[in-house]
Amino acid sequence: MPRIGTDEWVSEQELRTEYYRGLTAPARRAFDRVGPGPRFFAFLAICALFPFLTDSAFLIRVGVNVMLFALLALGLNIVVGWAGLLDLGYVAFYGFGAYMYAWISSAHFDVHLPTELAIPIVVAASACLGLLLGLPSWRLVGDYLAITTLFFAQIFVELALNLDRVNLPWRDEPLDLTGGPNGIPGIDRMSLFGIQLDDVRDYYFLLLILLALIVVGLFYLNDSRTGRGWRASREDPLAAELMTTPVNRLKLLAFAMGAAIAGLTGSIFAAVQTGVFPQNFEVTLLIMIYAALILGGAGSISGAVLGAIVVAAVPEILRTPENARWLFYCALVLALLVAVRPWTRLAVVAGAVVGFGFVVHALVGWLWPAGVEGETSGGTLAGVLDSWVFVPAESQDTVGNVAFVLLVAAVLWLTTLRGNARIAVLVPTIYLAAFVWENRLVEQPSVTRQLLFGAILVAMMTTRPQGLLGTPRVENPI
Amino acid sequence: MSSERPLLELRGVSKSFGGLAVMTRLDLHVGEGEIVSVIGPNGAGKTTLFNLVTGIYAPDSGEILFDGKTIVGLEPHRIAQLGIARTFQTLRLFLNMTVKENVKAATYGHTKARWWQSALRTPAARREEREVEALAEERLAFFGKRLVGYRMDQPAYSLSYANRRRLEIARATGTMPRLLLLDEPAAGMNPVETHEITELIGRLREEGGYTILVIEHDMHVVEGISDRVVALDHGEKIAEGSFDQVATDPRVVEAYLGAQAASEGA
Repeated sequence: MPRIGTDEWVSEQELRTEYYRGLTAPARRAFDRVGPGPRFFAFLAICALFPFLTDSAFLIRVGVNVMLFALLALGLNIVVGWAGLLDLGYVAFYGFGAYMYAWISSAHFDVHLPTELAIPIVVAASACLGLLLGLPSWRLVGDYLAITTLFFAQIFVELALNLDRVNLPWRDEPLDLTGGPNGIPGIDRMSLFGIQLDDVRDYYFLLLILLALIVVGLFYLNDSRTGRGWRASREDPLAAELMTTPVNRLKLLAFAMGAAIAGLTGSIFAAVQTGVFPQNFEVTLLIMIYAALILGGAGSISGAVLGAIVVAAVPEILRTPENARWLFYCALVLALLVAVRPWTRLAVVAGAVVGFGFVVHALVGWLWPAGVEGETSGGTLAGVLDSWVFVPAESQDTVGNVAFVLLVAAVLWLTTLRGNARIAVLVPTIYLAAFVWENRLVEQPSVTRQLLFGAILVAMMTTRPQGLLGTPRVENPI
Repeated sequence: MSSERPLLELRGVSKSFGGLAVMTRLDLHVGEGEIVSVIGPNGAGKTTLFNLVTGIYAPDSGEILFDGKTIVGLEPHRIAQLGIARTFQTLRLFLNMTVKENVKAATYGHTKARWWQSALRTPAARREEREVEALAEERLAFFGKRLVGYRMDQPAYSLSYANRRRLEIARATGTMPRLLLLDEPAAGMNPVETHEITELIGRLREEGGYTILVIEHDMHVVEGISDRVVALDHGEKIAEGSFDQVATDPRVVEAYLGAQAASEGA
């Protein structure tokens, strides 16, 4: 819904009703009263305690991944969220930082610079590359800039794959710059001010410190002349220029800072993994970083961090079918909570779904006994589900595939209905979703992960198009 | 009134787009403290004049002097820093920034904090930020109660049309200009608001000390504010002088109403 022309009172009213409505309103107001400072320190404290609460190296590795993602999303937020430049070459800076660190801290060229020197070099080099690749933004805007920068990302991967045999006139044998598809293994661990960073836990704390510093810096920067300059040039570059803002210089600064943060993140990634490979820096990663940023809310620092947590942690949770199943049913219940109002209607729908399931199960058991002889794949919910969702003893896959197509059709049909008809179709659709889940999806975790993740994103974007913590924006009517 | 050296001076400025001459050897001067109105029918080149002065277009030939120094070829933000600010006929606010931020954003050119100072929030950056804050509030208070209080922290898109026009002027004054270019400040306003704008432009000169060049279609406004009126048609100056002189000039009447009506009136 376009919000241009909304006068003050209407816009106020809209915010007011939204804010003071619903069960979560008291919690939301309490959250607001706390203020950004204490909230930040609380978050920091939880993150700092996390490694002491678990022994699992896997969980800490997930934490490291989350923070790598958070740093990348924060860097991208400068370029995309604040300066409003659609930079699809961002992942190249991450890769460049990683390779750069590999060149100066591994046996590849037999250069082993101290980390205190290597990191500034990587950051400075990445920032310079950012300045260079930011130049097209002087003349290209929007989609055109996006396409151009996307090529940079592709070129980077191609270069990383192919620069393993570079013929130089002054050398007899070809120079191996990137190790080609094999990458560069055996990268040095970092060692900062006499502290050797050996295991994942050490890098967790290094990343946490960096994340904290960068978050604070960006928070201050956002509310300064530089931050306002970025946002003004995003809103209307011409007006910003005529209001004394050097738009082109600020665009380059945004690119350079985004690239510097990405390069820094890349160097740490290289040290954690003790190796860099071209496939670490492909476009799929770029899409995940964008997903994190957009999900959290472009332009919001806390949004970028939250988005990174969701994007990096949810696929890990979905790795085991048991967790995935919990998440699936929780998501279903949550979606109902959000979509069906008031609560009396919600109660009717919930009751109807449960009843519908038992009736269908009984009917199938009576008409086609073999249809209920299969079992759900177990776990804590199995006892309840076995008598609710029917699972055929054989040809599960075929039935599941057919049901999947039916489910897609039902969801599409659902979007065209209004009022009671919608409620009537909603009940069997939910049952169908549970059926597809138990018969088809639970068996294939890798596919399920993608599907469920996609569904979460779609659901999130329909209910909150501005992202989880973003502020709604209007389009400039020019 | 005009002093010995005009604040803004255009000498023989021409501009054409692909053979279409939109400005032909225009001479124009605006003295320090003067309010000059530019009138003319649609397509006469009034907004082109503003775009030339603010550096959006470069003139094909001719000189544009601000305070005696040429500004041709400077980047628009440099020209704005020198002290020329403008508003837009089609509003161009930073809609998703708050009302106060819109004015704060215009202070970029005369603040100094580098990005690392802002990120570290050094004492110098903090002091400057306080100054910017005070300046923004003062500029918004110029419009009475309309843009202050709870409204300062609302996004600009929540403002009504007339308040958006006011915010455009507040934002322009945030750049600390000496010369204000107002592009149809009364467009789309009702009679009461139009009257208010007329008074406001007078106050901008008296209290703000700005020199003002204004494009306006509403002849009541033009009559009420102008020291001098310049009439343009097809990119040429067809009349210049006091409001009464220009309004009765046969060429101006012809430009607005056509040759036949002009001869009947005469």
